[in-house]
Amino acid sequence: MNNKTINHAAWIFVLPVVALVAFNAIIPLMTVVNYSVQETFGDNTFFWAGVIWFEEVLHSTRFHDALLRQLTFTFTILAIEVPLGVAIALAMPRKGPWVSVCLVTMALPLLIPWNVVGAMWNIFALPDIGLLGRGLNVLGFDYNFTRQPGDAWFTLIVMDVWHWTSLVVLLAYAGLVSIPDAYYQAAKIDGAGSFAIFRFIQLPKLKRVLTIAVLLRFMDSFMIYTEPFVLTGGGPGNSTTLLSIDLVKIALGQFDLGPAAAMSLIYFLIILLLSWIFYTLMMRSEAQ
Amino acid sequence: MTLELKDVSLRFGADTHIYPTSLTLDPGSFNILLGTTLAGKTTLMKLMAGLEKPTRGEVWFSGKNVTGVSVRSRNVSMVYQQFINYPNLTVYENIASPLRVARVSEAEIKKKVQSLAELLKLSPMLQRRPGELSGGQQQRTALARALIKDSDLVLLDEPLANLDFKLREELRDELPRLFADRDCIVVYATTEPTEALLFGGNTACLHQGRIAQFGPTGEIYRAPKDLVSAQVFSDPPINTVAVTKRGGEFRLADMATWAATGDFANIADGDYTLGVRPHHVSPLASGDNPVGVDGKVLVAELSGSESIIHFTMHGATWVSQSHGIHPFEVGSQAKLYADMSRAMLFDMDGRRVAA
Repeated sequence: MNNKTINHAAWIFVLPVVALVAFNAIIPLMTVVNYSVQETFGDNTFFWAGVIWFEEVLHSTRFHDALLRQLTFTFTILAIEVPLGVAIALAMPRKGPWVSVCLVTMALPLLIPWNVVGAMWNIFALPDIGLLGRGLNVLGFDYNFTRQPGDAWFTLIVMDVWHWTSLVVLLAYAGLVSIPDAYYQAAKIDGAGSFAIFRFIQLPKLKRVLTIAVLLRFMDSFMIYTEPFVLTGGGPGNSTTLLSIDLVKIALGQFDLGPAAAMSLIYFLIILLLSWIFYTLMMRSEAQ
Repeated sequence: MTLELKDVSLRFGADTHIYPTSLTLDPGSFNILLGTTLAGKTTLMKLMAGLEKPTRGEVWFSGKNVTGVSVRSRNVSMVYQQFINYPNLTVYENIASPLRVARVSEAEIKKKVQSLAELLKLSPMLQRRPGELSGGQQQRTALARALIKDSDLVLLDEPLANLDFKLREELRDELPRLFADRDCIVVYATTEPTEALLFGGNTACLHQGRIAQFGPTGEIYRAPKDLVSAQVFSDPPINTVAVTKRGGEFRLADMATWAATGDFANIADGDYTLGVRPHHVSPLASGDNPVGVDGKVLVAELSGSESIIHFTMHGATWVSQSHGIHPFEVGSQAKLYADMSRAMLFDMDGRRVAA
């Protein structure tokens, strides 16, 4: 027997969400799809182009290089920020007046606007006047991030670690605080040392929040634009031109809307795919 | 292997968690810490285990002063209300973990784990992880972990509280058997008087950080030393009301009077607090000395075979727990009978006098 209540008026309540999602996601995305399959001319005339832009992007060395730089950047910062974040969270006090001091200090970098972070580090790292740049040179290092690709990468990664490790710290700290005291007592009674406590209690209990932390950091760092743009502008040469910077160069510098749109979609699909793989792998290991 | 607390107290700043407490627990004994939430049961256990260092006083074990000795170097195990196991180790590895830390040989570990798993009905689940087990099985795993290292002191902190009724009864039956042939000291914390009565052994009634009374369980239930012990050891709460004795007669305001019989005949005239356990108050006049009291019904709970009636009587809230179904209308006036031959009498300082 079907005794479900049918009330078509209910659809009205869904409308605001539909409208919001449409303006937010569907319409912009479809605009990009529209550009990606057409040749666009200045006076708003379009010609059907099929998948040639996609083929062009996928076969271009320029895209491959940018993608490789992007992957190198993302995995480097993940490899630094996640362990470092967990280590800092472990070292933070669990109770007492220092808790709020630590939390606020940790949250500070997260509150600074991205372009400010970029500008700050740019000046900080200038070899002639910046504290970091000048300091390194005084100490005898030949450091110049505007000339040497290695130095540019070093600065870029240190900047991201400085800006975003806090996010991992806060998530890991929240996870650690939620472990009941009884677990630590039980381990103490068993005679377990602090490494055993970390390995067998804290790490397994942190798995969920760390999954979230890795996902968030992965997505954010894969889409990063403002900070490297302000810091290095993609240089020296193309050495720090990450995917997003390259995309903007193509779309707004050269005004190649077709390839830029195709690249946007490929970029989007890569993020979606990698996030999905991450999530599935982590959830699978959780289930075991 | 006797555990002695000598004037042990614990304070955090201005807050006193445990007032000076002395307690001697014998080897092979089953001891119950009975008290409401926040009475200090867990804190007292932590002091016994060495997880917490007393502010004053000493803890002695087997004739040695162990105050301040870390829990790592004592032979103690503890089971908690939450099911505490290592989440990513199998049940087998969980049970084996204390032995691994102690570097016991693999063959020995295997033998011990298997015999304990047999005893606790965990054999089929040894290769699973705690997350895949039911609450009862998780708590059994925790129990096995506590039992495997032959501790001198086993602390059970409300281990059955988070289990559903049926599992709780099952595990409650098994517990005394697990400890039957061990000579460790068992301390079991609970909020339920019924649980204490079922286990027997010794009971310490804990109230606001003090031990009101310690002794054989049955004795404390039948003859509490004071009003606090009687209150801690009664569920539903014991009914109390102020009464006056004059001549050979007790008077409850202008509601009821009755003759002072038995042991009550010999006590001095004056003001007392009367205590009657809920199952000695009934809608029917029964017992050796039933005295009728009038009240207004607040709650009437009828279970299959029992009636629990809460009513206000002379400014106090009383509870009657009786066999059979006795319907009462909420808000109505009712007459209930307290069997005064089973009542307890406390003086103005809360000490029990006679019977």
